[in-house]
Amino acid sequence: MATGTEPPGTDTPPPTQPPRGGVRAPARAAITAPHLRTDRWWLAPAVTAAGLFAFVVYSTWRAFANAHYYAAPYVSPFYSPCLAENCRTMHMGPNADLFGSWWAISPAIIILIFPLGFRLTCYYYRKAYYRSFWASPPACAVAEPHGKYTGETRFPLILQNIHRYFFYAALLVAGVLTYDTVLAFRDQHYRWGHMGLGTVVFLVNIVLIWAYTISCHSCRHIVGGKLKHFSKHPVRYRAWQYVGRLNARHMQLAWASLVSVALADFYVYLVASGAFDDPRFF
Amino acid sequence: MSSYEARFKVWRGDAQGGGLEDFTVEVNDGEVVLDIIHRLQATQAPDLAVRWNCKAGKCGSCSAEINGRPRLMCMTRMSVFTREETITVTPLRTFPVMRDLVTDVGFNYTKAREVPAFVPPAGLGPGEYRMMQEDVDRSQEFRKCIECFLCQDVCHVVRDHEENKKAYAGPRFLMRIAELDMHPLDAAAETGLDRKRTAQDDHGLGYCNITKCCTEVCPEGIKITDNALIPLKERTVDRKYDPLVWLGSKIRRRSSPA
Amino acid sequence: MSVVDRQEWDVVVVGAGGAGLRAAIEARERGARTAVICKSLFGKAHTVMAEGGIAAAMGNVNEHDNWQVHFRDTLRGGKFLNQWRMAELHAKEAPDRVWELETWGALFDRTKDGKISQRNFGGHEYPRLAHVGDRTGLELIRTLQQKIVSLQQEDHRETGDYESRLKVFQECTVTRILKDGERVSGVFAYERETGRFFVLQAPSVVIATGGIGKSFKVTSNSWEYTGDGHALALLAGAPLLNMEFVQFHPTGMIWPPSVKGILVTESVRGDGGVLRNSEGKRFMFDYVPDVFKEKYAETEDEADRWYDDPDHNRRPPELLPRDEVARAINSEVKEGRGSPHGGVFLDVSTRMPAEVVRRRLPSMYHQFKELADVDITAEPMEVGPTCHYVMGGIAVDSDTAAARGVPGLFAAGEVAGGMHGSNRLGGNSLSDLLVFGRRAGWHAAEYAQGLTQDRPPVGDAQVDAAAAEALRPFSAEAEDVAGPPENPYTLHQELQQTMNDLVGIIRREGEMEQALKKLAELRVRARRAGVEGHRQFNPGWHLALDLRNMLLVSECVARAALERTESRGGHTREDHPSMDRAWRRLNLLCRLSDPTGSLAATDPVRGQISLAPETTDPIRPDLLALFEKEELVKYLTEEELYE
Repeated sequence: MATGTEPPGTDTPPPTQPPRGGVRAPARAAITAPHLRTDRWWLAPAVTAAGLFAFVVYSTWRAFANAHYYAAPYVSPFYSPCLAENCRTMHMGPNADLFGSWWAISPAIIILIFPLGFRLTCYYYRKAYYRSFWASPPACAVAEPHGKYTGETRFPLILQNIHRYFFYAALLVAGVLTYDTVLAFRDQHYRWGHMGLGTVVFLVNIVLIWAYTISCHSCRHIVGGKLKHFSKHPVRYRAWQYVGRLNARHMQLAWASLVSVALADFYVYLVASGAFDDPRFF
Repeated sequence: MSSYEARFKVWRGDAQGGGLEDFTVEVNDGEVVLDIIHRLQATQAPDLAVRWNCKAGKCGSCSAEINGRPRLMCMTRMSVFTREETITVTPLRTFPVMRDLVTDVGFNYTKAREVPAFVPPAGLGPGEYRMMQEDVDRSQEFRKCIECFLCQDVCHVVRDHEENKKAYAGPRFLMRIAELDMHPLDAAAETGLDRKRTAQDDHGLGYCNITKCCTEVCPEGIKITDNALIPLKERTVDRKYDPLVWLGSKIRRRSSPA
Repeated sequence: MSVVDRQEWDVVVVGAGGAGLRAAIEARERGARTAVICKSLFGKAHTVMAEGGIAAAMGNVNEHDNWQVHFRDTLRGGKFLNQWRMAELHAKEAPDRVWELETWGALFDRTKDGKISQRNFGGHEYPRLAHVGDRTGLELIRTLQQKIVSLQQEDHRETGDYESRLKVFQECTVTRILKDGERVSGVFAYERETGRFFVLQAPSVVIATGGIGKSFKVTSNSWEYTGDGHALALLAGAPLLNMEFVQFHPTGMIWPPSVKGILVTESVRGDGGVLRNSEGKRFMFDYVPDVFKEKYAETEDEADRWYDDPDHNRRPPELLPRDEVARAINSEVKEGRGSPHGGVFLDVSTRMPAEVVRRRLPSMYHQFKELADVDITAEPMEVGPTCHYVMGGIAVDSDTAAARGVPGLFAAGEVAGGMHGSNRLGGNSLSDLLVFGRRAGWHAAEYAQGLTQDRPPVGDAQVDAAAAEALRPFSAEAEDVAGPPENPYTLHQELQQTMNDLVGIIRREGEMEQALKKLAELRVRARRAGVEGHRQFNPGWHLALDLRNMLLVSECVARAALERTESRGGHTREDHPSMDRAWRRLNLLCRLSDPTGSLAATDPVRGQISLAPETTDPIRPDLLALFEKEELVKYLTEEELYE
């Protein structure tokens, strides 16, 4: 065979490079940098981390505070429904003493499990915290720092599959918050047919909470996504299309409702602590 | 028409080793990165290996990483870069490199073979298939796939963990399972093949942590995560993790399929 | 030197586009062990570029459609030069081939009652094209690819090996068909990745390599379209038929320069897009030729009404066959009424709402947005003709797809000649691939199975010669005294420029003579084409090898075009502007001047190709009876009519 046309000999050992995993694995193109991105790829995870962290700090403070969560007619969404004996009595409000007197700490903890669980197992939030907190991966085509990865194949992350149960619970919670919003159409003396700035805050919040809840991927699956033949289920098909349109905005709704629920709580805090007086419209 | 000299760094080498090589090359109006690579071939590096075909974003051959991002070279316009920028082009970093910008994408063909094919319904001959547009819409979206394998390249499950390649089919082929499971006439279930279950058990759906990079890089704009992977995960939940559904199916066993 | 790896197969298919894969499926299903060789990755073949659809008279949208109407349209489109038997088989079998795809998992767009939807296209009387948006070719390739995988899965279950009966050798190039005496004995190929040579021994070889577009500068074809199959057949002693007929698709992108030639699908016009010149005029009304006068609308109103009520109105002239539209655009531009970048305007933005455009023409929307920064829902596209398809090709037997004169050689798809006559209708290509791909696979398998005891051997001498030929570019520098080594890229560019300028859409005698001289010069220089580096994935080397094929095929086109002194379909002579009924019966066959297939001995001026005219068989009377007498007189000579 003619000389000089053969590829360089394959018997030469590969250059001494410590065998490493991932993009630096032996057979792949020899590039030492873990990534070659030149854009600000770290910005999105950093902002996400900051946003989620701020919410966690704020909600932890508010959940454990066990104070300033009711300012008639408004009840903070963090404390609704309120399920222990140590709850403040709220006129017609979401009180239900299921836990009795042994529950000593803030009653918010009981109920927050559900919306938090819903958000924790939400397909969008999973992406957000896997990327920003766990760096798995930090951004697309940026190497992750972990040596081993099993994803959601085993405990504990396999529990993410119970998302749909949190969705059912979130429906109930959203129902209660809707009730709270209806109650917000009263004045301080529980007379109906009034509105204040707080009512508007509650209205915006509940719309966003519903939109976020309905736009959930599990919901999309349950209303119609699981079907094989849409043509045989026209009503569910339309529901699926509707949820699908909302679902496309799931990320935006997740953030908007996170902010709005915190704002609604903060508003109640301000009014309840007397730092701010709820402007009444009528 | 204006042209300028752009600075490029192109990875050259093979499985034995290699590195980024510097080039200065002319760029004209309206050109894409693949045009520049071709100009390098024609003028400076005649043996620069690159895989390409249609040059119109339809065949998915010219996948590479440009400034660290997985992209099709034929669909990356030079106008998205500044004239001062140095543009780095490397082969896909998830697959073994063959030479220069060409990688061995055999992984994908292996995985393609592991997905059980479409099962034609018994009792329906050619020409007798009736399917409604709304029933084929979902699978049609997935069939837009041009198999550029950018999603397979970017997916950290295999990109960062070589050892996962055995167990994990990757977004493209999990999407293929979703496509078949949503196909209105696929008769896999009748032959005892449960695609919902095998997606998890045989093809590694559980490895996916839905961080959406596959969707981000898809040149066809297929919503891989939202429309294929998550619905498939939900279908798997129906089978494996949802006692209510399990109970329901026990009670309504033998009722006609949805 | 003969340490070349050898394998035995029953059928070897060269090319993995629609025809090649369909042939492979058929051969394997008929029990032949089948190998497919393709230059690209499996599933990337040029077929993915087909946008519009698959023409098949299923009658799902208009029940009046049937194979006879389809046959008629095909013959009219081809100006009666088609191998009528092929056109007949094609029209009859196309629906079955489409339906079969559904059983393999294809998902076409649907009609309201759940059948396969069909769309209008140039030259087709009824809506006939089964389609998936504007990515039908992708669907076709993917379906065939997945069918092959499913057959491999079957084999795996039975034998434990996916590739025991059907194997795809991807990224490999065939450089020679090997023969034992008259008969085919296998192929000689190299792996692009490693540069390693190998031989597949097989009594049947199916060529399905597609077209020749890469010999032209402005083309919608991919790099693979270097006329490999045409050249392989010539070198193996098979004749090529009617190579002068090259289709220029009327609508290719023209701006920016780097995307010049990329196709703008005919569905844009089928779905309502119109062509306008720089004065805003729908000029196609001025270009309806006499033979089509009764079939096309004369006013814009009538044309517009046709989209909704095709039974009572005539179709818009934008939907004339491609050759007519391409010529019309060419003359508009020539007379100074072109668009800024030398084309005309194709407009959908004023014809339908933006959302409809995005839904019906998603990849066109995408293509213009991404590549040209043009939003087709808001502004017109600029388009011009682009080399798209070669109607000429390997002369084959209509029923068996067997190449003439070389037992064991078969051809299907674009590389086979005759089916489309002088001009192909849109949508007839994908159906051609399926119908004749299947037939080629079927007869290749049958032929191979008939030879079980008596398989042609592969001689070492042939293998050595093929290896030496393939390695020549590496030693060009050392051995040649005639001049410095040539850059294959430069040679390729010069070839493309020559073919584009001198044997392009409008042809003149003098220019074609000039082209032949230039081709002779390029041929001499191509022998000195040298390459750097080594054999591992070396594109310079690959191109140097492909040049041989492009030069051979280009010479066929130029010689046949010079010979045919009339204008018909994809062959337009400025010096012979009208169709000549006497030429209808004549096919031009190209053969290698040196029948031994050795290229070294040929005289640079006389060329490598010799031409021979051949009179075709008369069209069968029952098929002729499908046409009105008044129409036939336009095409057939007096004596043919009275027979």
